[in-house]
Amino acid sequence: MKGPQPVAKQEVVGSAGTQGEPLLKAGNSHIADAIFHLAMLACGLCVLALVGLIIYELMSGSRLSWHTFGMKFFFRSEWDPVNEQFGALPFVYGTLVSSLLALLIAVPLAVGVAVFITEMCPRWLKGPLAFTTELLAAIPSVIYGLWAIFVLVPLLRQYGEPFCARYLGWTGMFEGPPYGIGMLAAGIILAIMVVPIISSITREVMTAVPQQQREAVLALGATRWEMIRTGVLRNARAGILGGVILGLGRALGETMAVTMVIGNRPEIARSLFAPGYTMASVIANEFSEATGDTYLSALIEIGLALFIVTILVNILAQFLVWTVTRGTPARSHA
Amino acid sequence: MPETVTATSDFAATPISLWRRGMNSLATLAAGAAVVLVLLPLGAVFGYLIYKGIGSINWAFLTQTPKPVGEAGGGMANAIAGSAWILLIASSMGVPIGIGAGIYLAEYGRNRLGNIIRFTADVLNGVPSIVVGIVAYAIVVLTQGHFSALAGGVALAIMMIPTIARTTEEMLWLVPNTVREAAYGLGVSRWRTTLSITLRTATSGVITGVMLAFARVAGETAPLLFTAFGNQYWNWKMNQPTAALSLQIFTYAISPFDEWHRQAWAGALILIVLIVLAVSAVRIVASHGMLKGAN
Repeated sequence: MKGPQPVAKQEVVGSAGTQGEPLLKAGNSHIADAIFHLAMLACGLCVLALVGLIIYELMSGSRLSWHTFGMKFFFRSEWDPVNEQFGALPFVYGTLVSSLLALLIAVPLAVGVAVFITEMCPRWLKGPLAFTTELLAAIPSVIYGLWAIFVLVPLLRQYGEPFCARYLGWTGMFEGPPYGIGMLAAGIILAIMVVPIISSITREVMTAVPQQQREAVLALGATRWEMIRTGVLRNARAGILGGVILGLGRALGETMAVTMVIGNRPEIARSLFAPGYTMASVIANEFSEATGDTYLSALIEIGLALFIVTILVNILAQFLVWTVTRGTPARSHA
Repeated sequence: MPETVTATSDFAATPISLWRRGMNSLATLAAGAAVVLVLLPLGAVFGYLIYKGIGSINWAFLTQTPKPVGEAGGGMANAIAGSAWILLIASSMGVPIGIGAGIYLAEYGRNRLGNIIRFTADVLNGVPSIVVGIVAYAIVVLTQGHFSALAGGVALAIMMIPTIARTTEEMLWLVPNTVREAAYGLGVSRWRTTLSITLRTATSGVITGVMLAFARVAGETAPLLFTAFGNQYWNWKMNQPTAALSLQIFTYAISPFDEWHRQAWAGALILIVLIVLAVSAVRIVASHGMLKGAN
């Protein structure tokens, strides 16, 4: 076959229309390129493999407990390592109550902070304030725990809990001796820890609300607060809910600070003063001392439940945030 | 007709009612109060750390290993070194894999597999640290037969990878396509372009991601409880239990001894200074722009 032959393997790929493709593809180092591509692909697949590995290890580790107790595991409140009887109800209860208590305290504060930073404060204060609230997220859990043990708990014991007992005692949720250590302390320290997450997501979705929206509401004669309420918060509510759920996910899995102040007793008490126990804390406290296969397996099953719940919560949250911020350019979280 | 005009001008002249003005002021006040309430614990945590910690940091604290209960003195030198050692192991695994995954997502990942990996990375980011600890225990500790620095490093590496991968991806996306095309135009192969041109342009952004991941895992305690386990003595072996600053703070904080409480505060101060330095470095780099020369 005659005709013009290509001089070398170098080829020009015309791609005037497609934006993502570079104009020229280098043709010389096909093998090196293929190797590089494969290596990077392997790194990417590592992420998949890790999640797969986590699921596999948790499932295989908890199989024994699952076969012994079945679904009843999560509805029994017995925790008796000596007789190998395990039920996770007190831990589920402790995790839920402490996390919900945290959200109850944190959500108004976080939304308030976000509203203040995005809509109210002078421009020069924005950056420093945002940075300081994000600094709260950088403090390690164990340091929060340390601070809670030596500062928050004594304060609660001396002032906070007697105050609650006197004025809110009729609800039945603030009864019993004020130890300081207990569900209330855990809820408060968790609240401090989730505020930065909720407020940073809230800020993000509020910024995503178009500026014209604000101007339109103001032009109708609204005061600033009415503008924020009807023009901004109402439009961003799905995203704010996403931020709240993301905070919930963080609170559910939080371990150290809670372990240090919740009291670590597997009991279900109505009073918030009473000590409790969470799913993450029981793993932290008992995992390295668990003797016997059933014991270890029961702890891993709690871990599996925690994993599944936090994953579902996170996916839901990301979806909600995405419904608000899609269309706006991606922002780095740094 | 005149009536309408009067009505309109009346409407325009109506001042904002007391109730609405009151609500506006109240909302401003409430938002301001929320800021104060949130900054209060931040100030209290840092204040106490400095107040309690600074007096306890001395030469002995930085150079000695813990003394037995009841004896004054001793320090956390082995825990500080242990933390550094575990973080080094974690970084040596987590940073290359994380950056590699980020490169894949940015340069090759605009397809279905890329989306799946991106989603999985976000899922991995949300896994509670204690669960990561269980997995590292199952993979490393059970196979080795004992707690080890390696197991702690693996646990922290798992936590670093998604953060690094996602920030690296974001930073590489910021590099304009013209930069890549210029390199291709000079006949540079794709892998060389990615490593020497694209990645190099985004270096400071990628470092930001690494530092963020580093700051996040530096204070982690939960995944080390049953992997690195802690140690009262020096240890430089990969396969032996190793002390870590965060573990030591935890152990000392829940102990009943005043001397240990004092040291817990000192250790916490050192840990927080390291983390704040890392975060501030990120902040400075970020404010100077993520890209080198390409803006």
